[in-house]
Amino acid sequence: MEGLIHQIISGIATGGIYASVSLALVMIYQATHHINFAQGEMATFSTYITLTFINLGMPYWAAFFLAVAVSFAIGVTIERVLIRPMTNAPILSAVGVFVGLLLIINSLSGWFFDYTIKQFPSPFPDQALLGGYISGHQLGSTGVTLAVLTAVYLFFRHTSLGLAMRAAALNPVSSRLVGVRVGWMLALGWGLAAAIGSVAGCMVAPVVFLDPNMMAGILLYAFAGALLGGIDSPLGAVLGGFAVGVIENLGGAYIVGTELKLTLALVIIVSVLTVRPSGLMGRTVQSRV
Amino acid sequence: MPALLEAKGLHAAYGETRVLHGIDFVVEEGGVTALLGANGAGKTTTLRAICGMVRTQGDLILGGQAINGMATEDIVRLGVAHVPDGRGTFMELTVEENMKLGAYVRQNRAEVETDFDRMFGYFPRLKERFRQQAGTLSGGEQQMLAITRALLLRPRLLLLDEPSFGLAPLIVKEIFNIMRRIRDEEKVSILLVEQNASIALAFAEDAYLLETGRIVVSGKAADISKDESIRRSYLGY
Repeated sequence: MEGLIHQIISGIATGGIYASVSLALVMIYQATHHINFAQGEMATFSTYITLTFINLGMPYWAAFFLAVAVSFAIGVTIERVLIRPMTNAPILSAVGVFVGLLLIINSLSGWFFDYTIKQFPSPFPDQALLGGYISGHQLGSTGVTLAVLTAVYLFFRHTSLGLAMRAAALNPVSSRLVGVRVGWMLALGWGLAAAIGSVAGCMVAPVVFLDPNMMAGILLYAFAGALLGGIDSPLGAVLGGFAVGVIENLGGAYIVGTELKLTLALVIIVSVLTVRPSGLMGRTVQSRV
Repeated sequence: MPALLEAKGLHAAYGETRVLHGIDFVVEEGGVTALLGANGAGKTTTLRAICGMVRTQGDLILGGQAINGMATEDIVRLGVAHVPDGRGTFMELTVEENMKLGAYVRQNRAEVETDFDRMFGYFPRLKERFRQQAGTLSGGEQQMLAITRALLLRPRLLLLDEPSFGLAPLIVKEIFNIMRRIRDEEKVSILLVEQNASIALAFAEDAYLLETGRIVVSGKAADISKDESIRRSYLGY
């Protein structure tokens, strides 16, 4: 019993990371109807940036927030330079660009920061809490994740800019007609997704260690979470991310073993796509023919 | 009266397909101008051309400023509100959010709040539906919401694309009655596109008749509606 509770709690902690990346994927998907395959590599790159700032002698949180800001700028730049020209391109060209972006950023990480596995510091105390059920880092990173998700929710629900960003994703033509600068809203969305990814990278790196392929598996779990919750529902994606974290941990501990854990993500992806393609909370799009 | 909007030799095309072949028209300050014509005449394209939504050639002058070639967002910020073909409702958002988007470019929040109340004066139904998802509104209510969204910009020029489209005659009558109040109270000039010529000519002061991308008749709305030959050959009533 104790083992089960322990597994669930640590599942929620990693689920928070998946939830953040799922949310970043869904944000880009809603605006462009493409999956950003490079989302994970962008987060890894951001994590390296944080580590670089820390190695330069900055305090952890200063490095953390500065890297978030830099990641935001990188996200905006990628949208402006690479994605914007693809607006009216056929879907395969767009997929090609995303895969290319993945390889480019992955190689840049390796080139700038080399391929050796690095330790990444946690800002939270290294001690077991709540009677040994949860580590300081697990509790801290879950708190940070929840804070980010809440902030993103409040931004989109209660600010005029957040509303304009949602409108631009839902109906670009009408958005222009009320004066929304749609192109910039998409760029801001990329910036925000990159910033969220930066936080997720920094929260997961102390657990899985930092190397250029750190986020590859995580992106797969996050994608499974986004699909499970519904690829067009931000709330669904977040809940899906948490659910996948718990499923992964329990499945790994009791069913398939740790070596086959990643298979669970693929099982979830395939099952959702065959049984309920719109996900648990997504909309089923019906069109008249 | 000075012209608020003036088009000279306006051409428009979708890719290779040319739709407008050099049309001239003016929208008087404070007046209602109707643009009539059959399906495919280029009425909707004319409105899109004014808003920079299609590629154009020729001159478009709004209050003395050339606006051709400008981005849609910038033209809107000069005070041009467009109720587009199909109403352009944000279906997934609430009535409240649709209205907030209408006022998106305005800075003075207090003024927007009082404008919300004035809009509820015109369309009380929107107040009842304020928190409801816009996609659940009836056709008439969506048209009211579209007009409200456009007015919340506090526009100088309001472009209305077929407000009667797909609505029951009684609802159309109700909407045009309210439009008369709006014209008198909001100090806005209106360019109205309609297939329903009789209702449009009763509402407008000036009218233009488009046929396959060219203006074939122009004049006072009252004169056109009295001219039997124009009515028979172009307007069909």
